[in-house]
Amino acid sequence: MTVLYGALAFWLAAWGVNTILARSRWSDLRAVRIFVPVLFGFTLLVLWQGLVRGLDVSPVILPAPTDIAATFANETDTLWVDFVQTVLKGALTGYLLGCSVGFLTALLIDRSAFLTAGLLPVGNFVAALPIIGIAPILVSWFGFDWHSKAAVVVVMVFFPVLVNVVQGLKETDPMQRDLMRTYGATYGQTLMKLRLPAAMPFVFNGLKIATTLALIGAIVAEYFGSPIRGMGFRISTGVGSLNIPLVWAEITVAAAVGTTLYGLVALIEKIVTFWHPSQRV
Amino acid sequence: MRKTFPVITVLLVITAIWYLGSWRMNTPWALQQAARAEQTLTTGELFKATMQQDRPRLPAPHQVVSELWKSTGAMVQRGKAFSKRSLIYHGAITLGSTLTGFALGVFIGILGAVAITYSRVMEMSLMPWAIVSQTIPIVALAPMIIVLSNAVGIESRAVPKAIISAYLCYFPVLVGMVKGLNSPGTEQLDLLKTYNAGVAASFFKLRLPASMPYLFTSLKIAIAAALVGTIVGELPTGAISGLGARILIGDQFGTPLAIWAALFAAAILAGVLVTLLGLAQGLVLKRMGMAR
Repeated sequence: MTVLYGALAFWLAAWGVNTILARSRWSDLRAVRIFVPVLFGFTLLVLWQGLVRGLDVSPVILPAPTDIAATFANETDTLWVDFVQTVLKGALTGYLLGCSVGFLTALLIDRSAFLTAGLLPVGNFVAALPIIGIAPILVSWFGFDWHSKAAVVVVMVFFPVLVNVVQGLKETDPMQRDLMRTYGATYGQTLMKLRLPAAMPFVFNGLKIATTLALIGAIVAEYFGSPIRGMGFRISTGVGSLNIPLVWAEITVAAAVGTTLYGLVALIEKIVTFWHPSQRV
Repeated sequence: MRKTFPVITVLLVITAIWYLGSWRMNTPWALQQAARAEQTLTTGELFKATMQQDRPRLPAPHQVVSELWKSTGAMVQRGKAFSKRSLIYHGAITLGSTLTGFALGVFIGILGAVAITYSRVMEMSLMPWAIVSQTIPIVALAPMIIVLSNAVGIESRAVPKAIISAYLCYFPVLVGMVKGLNSPGTEQLDLLKTYNAGVAASFFKLRLPASMPYLFTSLKIAIAAALVGTIVGELPTGAISGLGARILIGDQFGTPLAIWAALFAAAILAGVLVTLLGLAQGLVLKRMGMAR
């Protein structure tokens, strides 16, 4: 029980430190802004460890963070194979394909006001649907390997990207477009120099939503049949065979990959849309 | 009319493409059957054969509609609306978990937003993790949530499904409400200060009413997310009732029509829920004098 009390004491201490830091005059410093949430997250891990160790929770139910870390270190080969299969082959291929197809379709649709008026409500509706349910159908069409996973991801990311790009392309006001016309700019020039840059905040919004969807799609599709590797496969078989620490190690990988991909897109967004008010500090 | 005409045209074109697709994709099997029966098919016969297979690769739209009718309306007519083979029964199960998860998620979201609005520590420690939580693929966690809730002694499937829904739908509410609760300007907040209003009064009389438009916008996103969460919760986890489970069972028994019917039922459910919230939004905002 001392472990549990220790963890609780650590939690209180960390909470106190965070409160003091947040109220201090350094609270706007970059280091403090990073340190406070990191300490908060670390405290959650300590509490988890304390609860599991202090109450003797069986590792079959909930392994302690240190057990998960140990499994992670021992099983790096398996984790790497799964990472390649699910993330690199399934999710990333589908993401790149789906986002580019969505983007290009949006450019085509945008040329016709009629199509925009017709497709935007439909696209908005479809983007809110549980498209993930299409996974078993696509797995039966494209087979068990990563192609079907990529196909699921393509379908899932297509609509959010499409809708956001179409909406973004509407962002310029008539004044700005008229200005381009007085310059004698062609359609292509107006698109490249005015409308696409103006659409970028929306495009990146779509791309950010799509990163999360891509991972979800690739993992769920593996629950419906996959070769004997892949994160979704390992998770579903791990739960079945009570290899829970390995499942948590896979979850850690999935979480890290999801956050990293999202962070990467957000970083590119920061570079591309540096002019947007939301990016200025 | 000017708004609906393009939408209807687009829907018609999509249906036409769908028919074309099911004709192309079902042709090999139809030809195979004909060859086995030693018949040759004219183009017309072939087209007909692709439209009425029992286990098509891509069912034609009318097949899906008739399957949907068979498992909903026709069951009601025979007085078996809640038999286990009807999609109304499975839809109700899914709807139940969705609404539980939605209520839980909205509660957590609003609570978090209030905490973030009033406490700087909470804002600094919670907000980054709320964003990170949405970048984690929840489906990876779904089987674990079920194992955990089983271990805690919860046998029913509804609780883990509701947790997954809540996980997916608290975030839009949190972000929307933080924006909404902070939407009153300094002038308005200062005015309340000159009235000597306390924290509670300024919350209930200014911040909360001002956040309503934001709340409803987030609720519409959240209910769609909650439905996705429930279906994801039903898919990989061996549930036996609910629309997601129908999809799973349809996959295991090789009945594509059942999968498509369940998919459409889910789409209709999503549409109805979002529309209902939209109506509620219109009513409430009109009563509060905020309708645009």
